[in-house]
Amino acid sequence: MSAKEVKTGIHFINGDEACCEGALAAGCRFFAGYPITPATEVAESMSRRLPEIGGIYIQMEDEIASMAAILGASWGGVKSMTSTSGPGFSLMMENIGLGICTETPCVVCNVQRAGPSTGLPTLVAQGDMMQARWGSHGHYEIIALCPSSPQEMFDFTVRAFNLSEYYRLPVIILADETIGHMTERVVIPPEEEIEIVNRRKPAVSREEYLPYEADADGIAPMANCGDGYRIHVTGLTHDERGYPAMDAKAQEKMVTRLVDKIRNNRDKIITTKNLFLDDAEVVVVSYGISARSSMQAVQDARREGIKAGLIKLDTVWPFPEDLMRGVAAQSKAMIMAEINGGQMVLELERAACGACPVRLVSNYGGAILHPALILGSISKAAKGKL
Amino acid sequence: MITAKTAKNLPPHPMDSLLRTERIPHIWCPGCGIGTVFSAVIHSVKNSGLDPNNIAMVSGIGCTGRMAGYIRLDSFHTTHGRALPFATGLKLAKPDTKIIVVSGDGDLLAIGGNHFIHAARRNMDLTVICVNNLNYGMTGGQQGPSTPLGAKTTTTVNGSPEEPFNFCYLAAACGATYVARWTAMQVRSLRSSISEALDKRGFSFVEVITPCPSSFGRRNRMGTALEMLKFYHGRSVIRSDIDPRDASMDIDREIVVGKFVDIERPTFMDHYEKVNRLNSPQWRAMHPDQKAR
Repeated sequence: MSAKEVKTGIHFINGDEACCEGALAAGCRFFAGYPITPATEVAESMSRRLPEIGGIYIQMEDEIASMAAILGASWGGVKSMTSTSGPGFSLMMENIGLGICTETPCVVCNVQRAGPSTGLPTLVAQGDMMQARWGSHGHYEIIALCPSSPQEMFDFTVRAFNLSEYYRLPVIILADETIGHMTERVVIPPEEEIEIVNRRKPAVSREEYLPYEADADGIAPMANCGDGYRIHVTGLTHDERGYPAMDAKAQEKMVTRLVDKIRNNRDKIITTKNLFLDDAEVVVVSYGISARSSMQAVQDARREGIKAGLIKLDTVWPFPEDLMRGVAAQSKAMIMAEINGGQMVLELERAACGACPVRLVSNYGGAILHPALILGSISKAAKGKL
Repeated sequence: MITAKTAKNLPPHPMDSLLRTERIPHIWCPGCGIGTVFSAVIHSVKNSGLDPNNIAMVSGIGCTGRMAGYIRLDSFHTTHGRALPFATGLKLAKPDTKIIVVSGDGDLLAIGGNHFIHAARRNMDLTVICVNNLNYGMTGGQQGPSTPLGAKTTTTVNGSPEEPFNFCYLAAACGATYVARWTAMQVRSLRSSISEALDKRGFSFVEVITPCPSSFGRRNRMGTALEMLKFYHGRSVIRSDIDPRDASMDIDREIVVGKFVDIERPTFMDHYEKVNRLNSPQWRAMHPDQKAR
């Protein structure tokens, strides 16, 4: 009667459920959350599954508490996550910053809906891209992954945990309502085939251990609460001992490391899926559900004889600017397809830096992008009409 | 005066093993009541007989929040008001760790008020110590949820127009299993209450009325720190085991101190285990030896 931690097999489940299964497969054993459409099914799945395998599900009083609780659980040595959508994501921002500053591994799944404010609770959007990047105050780097299918909800959730454990920060899954609620085939591999990364433990004694002294790759080994290291963890600017250090020099040193541990490893973090890129003249860049509309549009364009290509961003943050710079230099035009007023297109423009025209295909949310809309933009770009 | 330089030459203190001595001197103002509470917490930890590696402290922001930075335990200085939900996650991840939450009045019951009532309702197994100095000290003395009606602060120069919370009554109403209040002058009683709170399963709460001579005392012309201590002590009346609603907290009339609640109630984890044992065959398969509590 024992339940399986990894539900190896072929399933027909929605994206939110796939996210839950990915988390459990990655070793997540603590979930704190608050109901919100369209992410509720992540919490519901967790509430059913976690007790089966000895984990803890707790419904907190709000999303502020949920984010705080997963940080606490992570310091207790348990892999933890929460899920939410726009309004809840806004409430989580302060404690995401605490997670960044204290270098706490955890995962936040934001199943995006249309905003601002309560917006369209049941309908799709991709309007939280910049909030995921800059939503908490101060300067930092973040990792955010954008799944385009329930299968990727599973795969990327596993990867989100691995990245969070390795790089020691909250990793964000930027899903969207359509992907969260879409039911598709999800293949969960055998347990031994799923790569699992666990946080690096200190290799020295309590007397020698400096909680925030990084190894050569910029990552500091992490002692959990109760390991006997008697750590101090603070959201104040701190030194290698973890003690508050209230001056510009300490700030420079700490933030440089927080930023560099991501920036200097971005080749290892960033993944994209590229289609027809070798000879593409017009390149569409997209992510999440919009990448699927884009894929249809690019295939339709090819049938019409247009040399179109696609870059699907698996990792939106850090943004693959080196790739974009190279592609822009060889392209007639690049098009960003996204469901917001133009957020990632700003990054694309920055990376392209005038090497080719960059255009946006978008709406403000409530409906996915029709492939015909993107195809229209591709056709125009191919004819040099932009 | 002790400075960072002279502190290095001080003889060892019996509590040094629980102090981050390299961080002394601390940031608290002369005469602040937090030191008394901090000392009482450390004594209670030492006398508890618990392995210090199995005790953690969680704090929020403000003067009291800084306690976590001076105690040599696993210690977490989190965000303003969020010590309780952070501690909730930590406790559930490490159920065998004793967790002490230290928090100021504003941290715990203004910005953190929602977390307070829910942590008490769930009966999270946490020991919560509230240092109530009647104002926001760290930011220079503003009005808060404990500021007495009419009291002067930097944001209520004509007197506070709000009635304050009675924290002990609130804690009891929300389901706390242990509730006590003392002034910072009543050190022996305070130590014994903190020790009892540490022993208690469930949400235990100890409120300490402390002088903030730099801000609250100065703006309300209460004199020196010692005079404030004596003033609060003079207003205090010991009435243990009374109905918490009668445990008045009024610095102009009387500050009722004592132990108001000491009950048994299943914790969140007790209920979590029970419902899953009853209704989940998978849980029973995982925990064949688990008995009902």
